[in-house]
Amino acid sequence: MNNYTKNIRKISSNLLEDGRVDLVLGFKRGTLPMASVPGIARTPEEAQGFVWDTNCRLNLANYITDQKEKIGIIAKGCDSRNIVNHIMENKIPRDQVYIIGVPCTGMVDKNRIRALLDDEIKEFKEEGEVILIRGAGQERVLDKEAYLRDNCKICTHRNPVIHDDLVGALVKEQKIEDPFRDVAAIEAMEGEERWNHFEGLLSNCIRCYACRNACPLCYCPACFVDESKPQWIGKGQDPTDIRTFHFLRAYHCAGRCTDCGACEEACPMDIQVRDFTRKLVKDSFEIYGWEPGLTLDRRPPLETFKPEDSDKFIK
Amino acid sequence: MKIIKIDKNDWTRGIDKSRETYQLFGPVTDSGQSIFKQLDKNAYPEMGGTNSVMSPKSVLFPQTEKILAASLDASMENHHIMQRPAADYSRRAVIGIRPYDAKAVRLVKLNFDTADYRDPYWCDAHGATTFVGLAVNQPSAVDFSISMGSGPFGEEGLDVLLVDLEDHYLAKVLTPKGGAYLSDAGFDAAAETDASLTTIETMQLAAEAAITTTVPTDRLQEKALLDLHGAPFWEDLAFTCINCGTCTFVCPTCWCFDIQDETKGKSTSRFRNWDTCMSPLFTLHGSGHNPRGKKTQRVRQRFMHKLKYFLDKYDQGTMCVGCGRCVEKCPVNIDIRSICSTMNAYDPKDVA
Ligand code: SF4
Ligand code: SF4
Ligand code: SF4
Ligand code: SF4
Repeated sequence: MNNYTKNIRKISSNLLEDGRVDLVLGFKRGTLPMASVPGIARTPEEAQGFVWDTNCRLNLANYITDQKEKIGIIAKGCDSRNIVNHIMENKIPRDQVYIIGVPCTGMVDKNRIRALLDDEIKEFKEEGEVILIRGAGQERVLDKEAYLRDNCKICTHRNPVIHDDLVGALVKEQKIEDPFRDVAAIEAMEGEERWNHFEGLLSNCIRCYACRNACPLCYCPACFVDESKPQWIGKGQDPTDIRTFHFLRAYHCAGRCTDCGACEEACPMDIQVRDFTRKLVKDSFEIYGWEPGLTLDRRPPLETFKPEDSDKFIK
Repeated sequence: MKIIKIDKNDWTRGIDKSRETYQLFGPVTDSGQSIFKQLDKNAYPEMGGTNSVMSPKSVLFPQTEKILAASLDASMENHHIMQRPAADYSRRAVIGIRPYDAKAVRLVKLNFDTADYRDPYWCDAHGATTFVGLAVNQPSAVDFSISMGSGPFGEEGLDVLLVDLEDHYLAKVLTPKGGAYLSDAGFDAAAETDASLTTIETMQLAAEAAITTTVPTDRLQEKALLDLHGAPFWEDLAFTCINCGTCTFVCPTCWCFDIQDETKGKSTSRFRNWDTCMSPLFTLHGSGHNPRGKKTQRVRQRFMHKLKYFLDKYDQGTMCVGCGRCVEKCPVNIDIRSICSTMNAYDPKDVA
């Protein structure tokens, strides 16, 4: 058992034991290799089921919206930023969450790892920064760092920005030369090429909305795609409606998206939906110097007005 | 039982020949994902692959289907009268459908083709379709089809069962429809029946032995419905569900749909779209009341429908064929195998 797991279990069971929280949100071992999935513990015994590894890709802040109970929550860097968002957006009061911070060295990209073996991965093991995968008759040892998710590769807030406890020492933050290279590459495309890029991206979308539902930002009681009085968009597989969903959802995340990658993790069709939100992450940074969820002391740019705000984007 | 031997060198030629008389559907890779689609002129079904992400249910029940249309132009004949649009129900064949998915078609039929109601869209498509199945030689880790009354070599719902033997297929002709497809494809080399059946049986046993997951279902039927409905485990089971539609959309047996009208200019159409019981909208009444307004109620509904209501109503086993898609694709790994076991073992006396 790694130290993070040990400490998560210890801190969680102490909190539950002392009655300081009603439940703790963490990750438990799923029923498939590479599945560490959200789970809750209401008793110290249940907290012994918590684990931590490099497959904890989802974002637990998704589960604290409008909750009434006192919640302990395990949070890596990006998750902690979504908790800050939630507090800022009045989705939960600060004193109702006990944040158990996890200094994070990145989560691995399950699809790239799966593609390494000819058949299914039967076993996934992690020792420090080294990963071992095993299939029927095949085995590979991997350097974890080489298989990080795209968002983790360029993450500059691995340490929780807000926490009540920590499960380990803070880790060194990455210095990223050019964090928006991916967006720049899309920006550089000619109109038609760019159109085709996004068309190709969405060709398999089944509108299951797993991307939306896995995202802590998407907590509206009635999402615009679900409203029927009035109905804003069609509900079928017409490409215009699929595009509208993705474009508008991305805009609703502007200045809020922490690039946690939960949306991509949830998508059953492996669609890189971050290609939509990344541009807005870049714009909010370049136009307003804003990175969402870093502080409770400054209001987000899209809800404040300053005379000196850039208006270069108005054409 | 007639068995045909198909040399793999003749396979593409046969597929091409059958295009003359059939629209073909099969598993293809699209942007990295394996899905069942109508095959383009020069596309071939990808036979060797693992479980397709999307099941073949869309061949008979497309995610979006125009069911009625009308013109709003008063100068046109029959304007403002909704009519069924023309659709192509010429012969089609689904190549490479897996046995559990074919069984699922049988289950879906119980809903769309009943003594009281006959869904014309689904039934017409079903009547036009020949199912050319492919036995599963290497079941995936999430395959629990045997527990759910199907199996890697199951024949229910199929017209032909192909068994892959490296350089050739043995094709078990299960219905006259199946025989007609094979003959249109020019696959007519009869194999020696007894020897072939022995070969197939050996492979079947090996494939069945490779499925190690067993999910008990034997006690579901005897449970009192309200006991299961009121069981204490639903709340915690449902907590992590994010209520997306993934599990229901990838499921070959989920048959629920929603009706939508769309008007553009002078024409109006009525569509049906897949719906999902996981969405709060699914049961939202016009009055604003929602009998399944809570997530727990919706999660319970999905499992109760598949593993209890369906059994009680039809006495045809579970409304799950054990394909494992939802197990694999659920973003939070809510696993019907463990939920089924929990339900099967549940005894209210243990709780009280
Ligand atoms: S849009 Fe995606 S990356 Fe951004 S906060 Fe939501 S889940 Fe995270
Ligand atoms: S999760 Fe994927 S398939 Fe589902 S709506 Fe989002 S992008 Fe589309
Ligand atoms: S069980 Fe899983 S796939 Fe189904 S709605 Fe819940 S989270 Fe989505
Ligand atoms: S419930 Fe899950 S395992 Fe069962 S048939 Fe549907 S997708 Fe397959």
